[in-house]
Amino acid sequence: MDGSGPVVAFWLLAAVTLVAAGGVLVSRNLLHAVLFLILAFIGVAGHFVLLSAEFLAMAQVIIYVGAISVLLLFAILLTPRAGRDNGETKAFPVGALLAVALAAVFLFVINDTNWKTVSESPALAPEALGEALLTSWVLPFEIASVLLTAALVGSIMLARTAEEEAEDALA
Amino acid sequence: MNGIDTVGPQLSVLGAAGLILVVDALMPQHRRMLPFIALFGLIVSALWTVSWVGRDFAPADITTFDGTFSLDQYSAFFYFVFVGITATVVLASIDWVNREGRGQGEYYALVMTVCSGLMFLSASRDLITIFLSLELSSIPQYILAGWGKDKRSSEAGIKYLLVGAVASSLLLYGMALLYGATGTTLLDGIGAYVASPEAEANRGLLVLAMVLLMAGFGFKMAVVPFQMWVPDVYQGAPTPVAAFLSVGSKGAAFAVVVRVFIVALGADLLSDDWSMIFAILAAVSMTLGNVMAVSQTDIKRMLGYSSIAQAGNFLIGLAAVSGGDERFTLGASGVLLFVAAYAFTNLGAFVAVIAISQRIGSDQIKDYAGMWRRSPVLALGLAFCLVSLTGIPPTVGFWAKLYIFNAGIRADLGWLVIIGVLNSVVSAYYYLGVARQLFTGGDESTERVPTSPSISLSLGAATLGVLVFSIIPMPLMSAARDAAEVLTK
Repeated sequence: MDGSGPVVAFWLLAAVTLVAAGGVLVSRNLLHAVLFLILAFIGVAGHFVLLSAEFLAMAQVIIYVGAISVLLLFAILLTPRAGRDNGETKAFPVGALLAVALAAVFLFVINDTNWKTVSESPALAPEALGEALLTSWVLPFEIASVLLTAALVGSIMLARTAEEEAEDALA
Repeated sequence: MNGIDTVGPQLSVLGAAGLILVVDALMPQHRRMLPFIALFGLIVSALWTVSWVGRDFAPADITTFDGTFSLDQYSAFFYFVFVGITATVVLASIDWVNREGRGQGEYYALVMTVCSGLMFLSASRDLITIFLSLELSSIPQYILAGWGKDKRSSEAGIKYLLVGAVASSLLLYGMALLYGATGTTLLDGIGAYVASPEAEANRGLLVLAMVLLMAGFGFKMAVVPFQMWVPDVYQGAPTPVAAFLSVGSKGAAFAVVVRVFIVALGADLLSDDWSMIFAILAAVSMTLGNVMAVSQTDIKRMLGYSSIAQAGNFLIGLAAVSGGDERFTLGASGVLLFVAAYAFTNLGAFVAVIAISQRIGSDQIKDYAGMWRRSPVLALGLAFCLVSLTGIPPTVGFWAKLYIFNAGIRADLGWLVIIGVLNSVVSAYYYLGVARQLFTGGDESTERVPTSPSISLSLGAATLGVLVFSIIPMPLMSAARDAAEVLTK
């Protein structure tokens, strides 16, 4: 890609992502925080498009913007007695100070580094990703599937009510 | 050697987990069999690992799955440790699970899943596999910590989950930076880059990534300043689960840290830095853990703080980087020896605590008074494990401490060893204080404290392991040494 288009797009997307991420932190209402989070996810998806990783961008939109955000909204709306406020904490100023200091260190280091750059974009088509997942990366891929199964089994157990357990014990 | 054979030990553990879920769902009248299915899977796993012993691993065998996974003496050493730990925990859980009655099949299945995660973790040679294995061993543990029905247990589960999520994100950030600098996630590739001249220009980035990795793993190793979750989680979690995570997750974290820092970040460019940081963390962890443990009245909290102090001892081995060909071997084998010795000793102490607290319904140290007359076997077993944790000769704890202190002295870390010795004296105060309670006082109650066969078996297995390696520590030492040598080959 050449020209100034991608550069402008990068800074725009970066601004949207950062502002939205900041909004998650400062918004008073948890629902607003989730909406900001969705915006931040979309910004990240835009960055994937800029990197010619269209498939990742699609996955980001479908999984994060679609599934995970909806799940968050459901969790907030279906928790009846909980407050919907974004909790305040006395440690906020200290945390903010630490975050700024950390960001300064990161910016300095990132600026100071000779990053590896590639001249052509790597194969990021769905076929290539699928092949990589089932050849070189088959082991982490399978570990992830076991992990999801275990998490599912465990969360079902933790969420069961006492009556359901009593029924199960009789069976 | 094909792919399936190399992951056989993990597959047999996971296969047993699956079988447990199926039997639990389809044949609920056979629920009593579930822990024995788990034990069977663990035995198959151990035998599978035994079938490799004595085999000369050819280079092609050592790394499989395109270098993401390795089969060597190092992983085999930890397979034995983790299988032994899990078997002891399964045995020690039987009474508690039957009484609590909550999802018996799911409990054992999750314990087995954790075990497979720990095994994968000790064998991973690639950042992605390491991260996923770490999550595979952690997420079921968050769930298990919240398994009890009381509020404390739920609090422990939530706390552990939140702290673990922060640790994972730090770790992931460090891994991403490391990948950005080197362009590979394979530990060998990263190691080659760090040793190359071009790495010097990017030293700042590498140091930042290294510090993030230390912080991320630091939570799992439970060293200061990443230790704040330990006492609450140990106290709130069901005791068998607390026993499991005090040895399992800590042991695996050290297994992966030793491998990552030696193989990937072992070049001179970084090794001085991390050895220095680990030395400071070791001194602080030992001192803070011991000082806090002294004033505890709850035995589970005391064991929690003492496990922080013990992690400081492990770190001496990581800090002990000496010159020459044997740069890492002595320190790394010290960590391995200490992990194995600590695992069985601490587990033995926890099993005795499980047995006692089940009967007397209290975790307060003062209620342990006079336990000698109420249950001589439990009191003797617990006292023996506490003596070994202190490091009094001729227990296995003493050999491990001697070995790791020696590694420290060879690496010119005399000041650290002096702090370690002073801390051993402090730890003797509270470890032996509990032991003294067991044998004195407590005239009020002479009621016997009976033990169930499963608890006796698991306490017997743990203390027998401690006893055998106390008398003949050489096989364990040479196994640890062979395992550590693999890393520097």
